[in-house]
Amino acid sequence: MGYYIGRRLLEVIPTLFLIVTIVFFLVYVVGDPVALMLGENATPEQITAIRNSLGLNDPLIVQYGHYVVSALTGNFGESYQYHEPALAIVLERLPLTLTLALGSILLALVIAIPLGVWAAVHRGGAVDHLVSSVSVVAKAMPSFWLGIMLILLFSVTLGWLPVSGSGTWAHLILPVITLGTGTAAEITRLVRSSMVEILGQDYIRTAYGKGIRNSAVVFRHGLGNAFIPVMSITVLQFSALLSGALVTEAVFAWPGLGQLLVKAVTQRDMPIVQAAVFVVALMVIALSILSDISFKLVDRRINLD
Amino acid sequence: MTDFIQLPRVRKPARAKKLLRNIPVPAMIGLVLVIIPALVAIFAPWIMPHDPTVIDPSKALIAPFADAAYPLGTDNLGRDMLSRLIEGSRISLLVGVLGVVLAGSIGLVAGLAAGYYGGIVDALIMRLVDALLAIPGILLILVILGVVKPGLGTLVIVLGLTNWVIYARQIRAEVLEIRERLFVEAAKNVGVSHTRILIRHITPNVMPTFIVLSTLSVATIIITESSLSFLGLGVQPPNVSWGLMLTTGRDYITNAWWLSTLPGLAITGTVLGILLLGDWLRDALDPRLAV
Repeated sequence: MGYYIGRRLLEVIPTLFLIVTIVFFLVYVVGDPVALMLGENATPEQITAIRNSLGLNDPLIVQYGHYVVSALTGNFGESYQYHEPALAIVLERLPLTLTLALGSILLALVIAIPLGVWAAVHRGGAVDHLVSSVSVVAKAMPSFWLGIMLILLFSVTLGWLPVSGSGTWAHLILPVITLGTGTAAEITRLVRSSMVEILGQDYIRTAYGKGIRNSAVVFRHGLGNAFIPVMSITVLQFSALLSGALVTEAVFAWPGLGQLLVKAVTQRDMPIVQAAVFVVALMVIALSILSDISFKLVDRRINLD
Repeated sequence: MTDFIQLPRVRKPARAKKLLRNIPVPAMIGLVLVIIPALVAIFAPWIMPHDPTVIDPSKALIAPFADAAYPLGTDNLGRDMLSRLIEGSRISLLVGVLGVVLAGSIGLVAGLAAGYYGGIVDALIMRLVDALLAIPGILLILVILGVVKPGLGTLVIVLGLTNWVIYARQIRAEVLEIRERLFVEAAKNVGVSHTRILIRHITPNVMPTFIVLSTLSVATIIITESSLSFLGLGVQPPNVSWGLMLTTGRDYITNAWWLSTLPGLAITGTVLGILLLGDWLRDALDPRLAV
């Protein structure tokens, strides 16, 4: 186990390295950082001055070396818009986006597990068909459009909830539903298919044969064994959720990472963009390793090699 | 002696006729939902009642069904909604298809190479795949759009470059298994070149997977395109796209429901059709892909 954890952590290094390289390539080779920084009205003197101060006249490989060292120490430079370290600004906005993402995952699980189990138990019945139809439609809807429709219904027509912004619990409701619905659909499909498979196993028949109560068979013997595949998909969904959060934030004017990023991209504020990519990628990687390790601890049959 | 060793023929994976004869109901609905926007996109210049970009402030914000000349109403600048939806179908579908062509080509080559050659090629490609998977899709696109000017061409390239990963992974896994099969072994033993084995013997066997992945990718790419256009980073005016129309819709949500409802319905309908078709193709061609 210790060996495994060590090896997984070592594997992170080349991945991180590649991410840094991809971003370096995009910013320094495809784009021109000076042009990005100064905009179109810069004088040639300004450009030369900035080029020298940033070390952009060094050979590319030297620039790359500098870049890797500063990126790995969390130094992405100062934001062009806010004149503060980019990483600090990103970390300040991160909790708001995480609140949205975690809220949506919780909502998705609360909806998906009962629905998936129900559909699997009554496989082929009306409920099953209804659940699969609803989940495929939910998957087809762009989440941000669902958000707009929810605003139209609950804020504009009914006036129950605020149209946009953040600060109170009421502000959280619509964005979380918006973001959680697609995830719920995905997880429902998975819970259903894992449960269908598990309920056909011999040990389930044995459990019934021993006269164990129906609910105990379904929940303890069935759902208990569906736990690992469901949780691992949930973890994978997290990355998709962060993508979705970026757009959902734009719909609800939610002041998280997404708003920051979209503004940074339109203003060509590359330090912020780079810091955000790095922080999010690190989170996704850490989460996937943590989940692999915890699954191994829960279920010894899992072979991680 | 030479014709003593007969290589097994490559079996055609899809039996098109048999497939089409017994289409289940959801797939039928899917087919209709996909064919409608496709036909609309193809015949757009002939069926568009107005020019989708002409501004007429005196006709602004006419509600649907209120004026026979504008059956689906007009937007904040007096542009005909129906014409804009039709024009939007062209761009959304075009970007979706071109994006998939690019993503599919890169992914197919990468997956074949990684699975067949193994070793250092495999290690390099799969590390890149892991790295790209660790960055949520839209985020990577945002980095690229931060340095490159947005536009239709950029959009297609960006979508292609971020969506090939899933192909590479799935096709590699499949190739790993196919290359151990007897017919590949036999081809190798009679001296068929690697390139020929890849093209003649392995590629046809990954085609079912490829087709299914492509269908589902069109759906993903259409949604991503609309999200980016909604954020103002995808399709740029005066071009029209469903996602771009939704941006205006969000701004006018309190007084003009149709600006946000109609383009969203168009996206949802089209994507739903593609997903239903994809599910059916998967079950028919490649049941192993089912979750």
